[in-house]
Formats: sequence, structure tokens, C-alpha cells
Amino acid sequence: MSRAQRQKLKWGLIFISPWLAGFIILTLYPMGASLYYSFTDYDVLRPPVWVGAQNYTVFLTQDNLAFTAIYNTLFYAAFSVPLGILVSVTLALLLNARVKGLAVFRGIFFVPSIVPVVASAVLWVWLFSSRSGLINLGLQAIGLPKVAWLSDPAWTKPALIIMSLWSVGGSVVIYLAGLQDIPQSLYEAAMIDGANTWQQVSRITLPLLTPQIFFQLVLGLIGAFQVFAQAFILGSIGGGALGMGSEAGPANSLLFYSLYLYLNAFRFFRMGYASAMAWLLFLITFVSTLIVLRSSRQWVHYGGV
Amino acid sequence: MGRLLATAPHSRLPASHRRHGVPHYAGRALLYGTLVFLSVVFLVPLFWMVTSALKPQPQLFVWPPVWIPDPPQWQNFGEALTLFPFGSYIANTLYISIPCVVGTVLTSSFTAYGFSRIDWPGRDKVFAVVLSTLMLPFAVTMIPLYLVWRNIGLIGIETPLRGFGPLILPMFLGGGAFNIFLCRQFFMTIPQELSEAARMDGCSELRIYWQIILPLARPVLATISLFTFLGTWNDFLGPLIYLTSIDQFTVSIGLRQFQFEHGSRYDYMMAASTVTTLPIIALFFFAQRTFIQGITLTGIKA
Repeated sequence: MSRAQRQKLKWGLIFISPWLAGFIILTLYPMGASLYYSFTDYDVLRPPVWVGAQNYTVFLTQDNLAFTAIYNTLFYAAFSVPLGILVSVTLALLLNARVKGLAVFRGIFFVPSIVPVVASAVLWVWLFSSRSGLINLGLQAIGLPKVAWLSDPAWTKPALIIMSLWSVGGSVVIYLAGLQDIPQSLYEAAMIDGANTWQQVSRITLPLLTPQIFFQLVLGLIGAFQVFAQAFILGSIGGGALGMGSEAGPANSLLFYSLYLYLNAFRFFRMGYASAMAWLLFLITFVSTLIVLRSSRQWVHYGGV
Repeated sequence: MGRLLATAPHSRLPASHRRHGVPHYAGRALLYGTLVFLSVVFLVPLFWMVTSALKPQPQLFVWPPVWIPDPPQWQNFGEALTLFPFGSYIANTLYISIPCVVGTVLTSSFTAYGFSRIDWPGRDKVFAVVLSTLMLPFAVTMIPLYLVWRNIGLIGIETPLRGFGPLILPMFLGGGAFNIFLCRQFFMTIPQELSEAARMDGCSELRIYWQIILPLARPVLATISLFTFLGTWNDFLGPLIYLTSIDQFTVSIGLRQFQFEHGSRYDYMMAASTVTTLPIIALFFFAQRTFIQGITLTGIKA
């Protein structure tokens, strides 16, 4: 290595040193420690006791609530992520149609996404209230039966998904910026060839928007697997089955993975068990991201223009 | 990205509608009708939040629903705020968020400089490690981190930094992978010749960072500040784990506490939600440009 290169290396390391220190203290060490705890029985009061893979096998084969938590989380992710993309791409397409007052409309769609998540959850608890919630009043007005959104286990997750669609505004802004980067000339060429609106959207607009959709899909999945605060607030309404002031919703229908993990760690003090859960969550996140990444070769178009 | 706000985007909707014989104005009317309808759908929850906060109790539960409370119960806010110590919660939130913003802006830009303005061997491989940490769920590090902070005695209101250390100190160690990423992307767009010229003149890397790059990076630093601030205002899990006394609570945790105690008083709940949301909406009106540009920046092609 030449002197100049050594000099560059030295300065490079100096500049990344805050991150490097953080990486070691806040990421590497905790990862190692939690991996170790995941193979132990650890209640914080007494030192960890090695139990081998027991936490993993119990979680995967004997814990009924584990199945519930995984099912609830996958259900939420499977609906909220694709529906979120559908709604936000649709809104962005509408806004991209040379709309007057664009900034106003965009602001209206965006603002709900910055409402603090606890305030928004508290608000939706009221909107979903079965007796006089605005949503049930609306259903009543058009002659539909009322729904026990937060106390009927079948409706709690749909309620949470509806709530998640209210805060897609950030994605709308991202898609809109993506749409505005698509060169006008492509559409002009398509029109000369006689393409109608739908053909233009499906052959030009959507394919060229796939990089943004891909990015939002990955972030959306990672986020959905970790959904916590909203469920915590909505779930404390219907009277959870777990006991001890549970936030898991009626019949544990809002017992999401992160919530179950939190309860194990900080309410039941099963730190080893919770650590094993955390590593399984990492594995699930990693594998899903990998699958989406692999599949992206088939459907994401990069820089075709 | 400035043009995003300046001009209306280009689209072919009207032209293609014409092609198919649909009168231009009918298509436009349909478009605006849809947009107005959807806007109402998005705004009604917020309107309902404010209007519910101002209702006399009986008007909360009547059919048909009351849209404008009569008379508006402004005292609901006063009563809610005696039960909901919002001032104390705001003070705590600022106690956390201001150092967090400072730490994040300083150390994420500093780190990003090392990942973009200096070409050292192995740089991009290390940067891949930075990005890969984005995938790591907080749950994986949460338990050991909690134990570390507890063991060095930084949890609890009587500890140094009033027990806010675990929420503040990490932000001084790189400020998070995503912010480093944002800064780096921005720094890469600054011409290298600028640094080369400064080096020729004998400028040290530290001076180039502080006097040349940072001033140019104001837009991205504004974005990072704004989102870090929102992040602390919003954060739920962190304060839930680390804050042990109600005197330490942030607005988000405080609102949850309020729901726990007075969840059935929807008028008070909505008043408390309104005061929690209002500062953020006000911030949006003042910093709309930074918001929109920042969001756009976070969505750049991966």
C-alpha cells in the first residue's frame, strides 16, 4: 500500500469512527449477546442457564401463542403491504394527471402519515368504536350492519389494516416523484402508435415505477413484520386473553410477533425465550427480503430510459 | 428536485381521453371528483378528532352524528390538560429530541464523509455492512442493549441525563444507517474537484468536511433533522422500555398512559390527541418543502 493510500485509509477510518464505535457497541456486541441468551434460560435476576436449542424448539413446536403471533403478523403483512402499494400508486397516478392545486391534494394525502402513531391509534379506536364510532355511523347511514371492529376477533386485523392505509402518504410522495421522472417522449411515442390510456399506464408508467415499488415493498415488509405501537393501542381495547393488562386484543387477535416478543421480554422476563424469538424474526425478515430481491430480477425495470 | 414543487407534472390523461371521444371536460370532472372525494376520506378522521374534542359528552354518541359541536366545549381542552400533563411531556420530548437531532446531524454527516469523499481501500464493502444493518430488527439488539444500559446505571429518572441516556447517546454514534445513507447519497453528488482544489491549497480533510461539504449539504441535513425530530416525537417502543417514571414520559408514551387511565372519555382523548398532533401539523405547514423533498430523497431508486 502506498503512502497516499495509507493516508486515505487513515482518514477514512477517522471519519467512519463514530459509526464504527456504534456498530461494535450497539450492534455487534448485542447481536452476540442475544444469540447467546437465545440458548439460555434467563430471567435477569439469576445468571443465564444454558438450555441448548430448547427455546427454539418450544417456540416452534409447543407454543400455541407463537403460532397465533406468526399467523397474525403474516396476515397483517399480506394485506397491509400490497393494499398500501395499490392505494398509494393509485393516488400518485391521479395526482400525476396535470392536476391544478397539486400541492394541496398532495398535502392532504400526506398529512395523516405524519400524525404521531399513538395519536393516530387513539383516534382510530374512537373511529372504530362499535356504538358511536364514525365508521359504524357511516355503515348505518348506507344501511349496512354495524361491525364490532375492536371486540370481534375477526375484525380487529382488518381494522388495523384500514388504519394503516390512512398513512400511506409518504409512499404517495415517493411514487409521484418517480412518475415525474418518466420522460414525456415515451408517452408521445406511444400515442403516435395509438396506445390508449390503460395501455400507457400498464406498458410505460407501471414498469418504470417498479424500482420505487420494489423499494417500498422491501421497507413495507420489514416494517409490517415489526408492527407494534398501533397494535398495542388498539389491542388494549377489546380485552386481551393473555392477562396482566394485556394488549393482545380479543382472543389474542392482535398478538403480533413484536408484541409477543416484548411481553415475553419485559413482562414475563423470559429474556432467553424472547431472544430466540428475535433471531427467528431476523431470519424471517432476511429470507423474505432475499425472496423479494431474487424475484425483482423478473419484474423490476432499471434505467430502461 | 425543486421543480417537484414548482410545476405541475406532465400527464397524458386528457389527451388520451380526447382520442377516445370522451369529452375533455368530462374526464377532468371525473378526475377532480375522485380527488375531492378521496381528500374528504383522508381528512374526515382529523376533522372528527378535533370536533369530538369540542363536543359536550352527549353529542358524542347521538344519531345522526353532530358535525359541528353546539356549543363548542373549549373547556374540554383545559380539563383534559389538567389530567394530561402535556407541558411536562413536551419538555421531556424536547430534552430527548434536541440532543438526538444534534448528534444525528453531526455524526451521520461525519461518517458519510468517510464513505463518500475519501476513497480508501475496502470502503464500499464496509458501506455494504452499514446498509445491511437496516434489515436487522430492533428486537435482536433490544434485550442486550437494555441490560447494558441498566448495568451501567443509565435507566431511571435519578440517573445521569435523567434516564434519557439510552434514547440519546446512540444517536451520537453514527445517527443510524439510514441517515448515513442519505448523507452519503447527497455528498456523492458534490463534485470531487471541489475537494481536490481544497486539498491542493493544503486544506485538511476535517476542514473540507466542516467548511465546504457541510454548508453545501444543508438540504439533506434539514431533512435528517426533521425526520429525527419526528422520530423522537413518534417513538413508542424505545421510551416504553427505557422510561420508568411518568415524570420522564414523552408525548407518545404520555398519550398511551392517558388512554390507559381515561380511555372511555373520548372527548378528553381527542383533545389530548389533538394537542399531540397539532405541533406536527404546524411543523408541516412551516417546513412543507423540506418534508416533501426529504420524503422524495428517502425514496430514491435503491
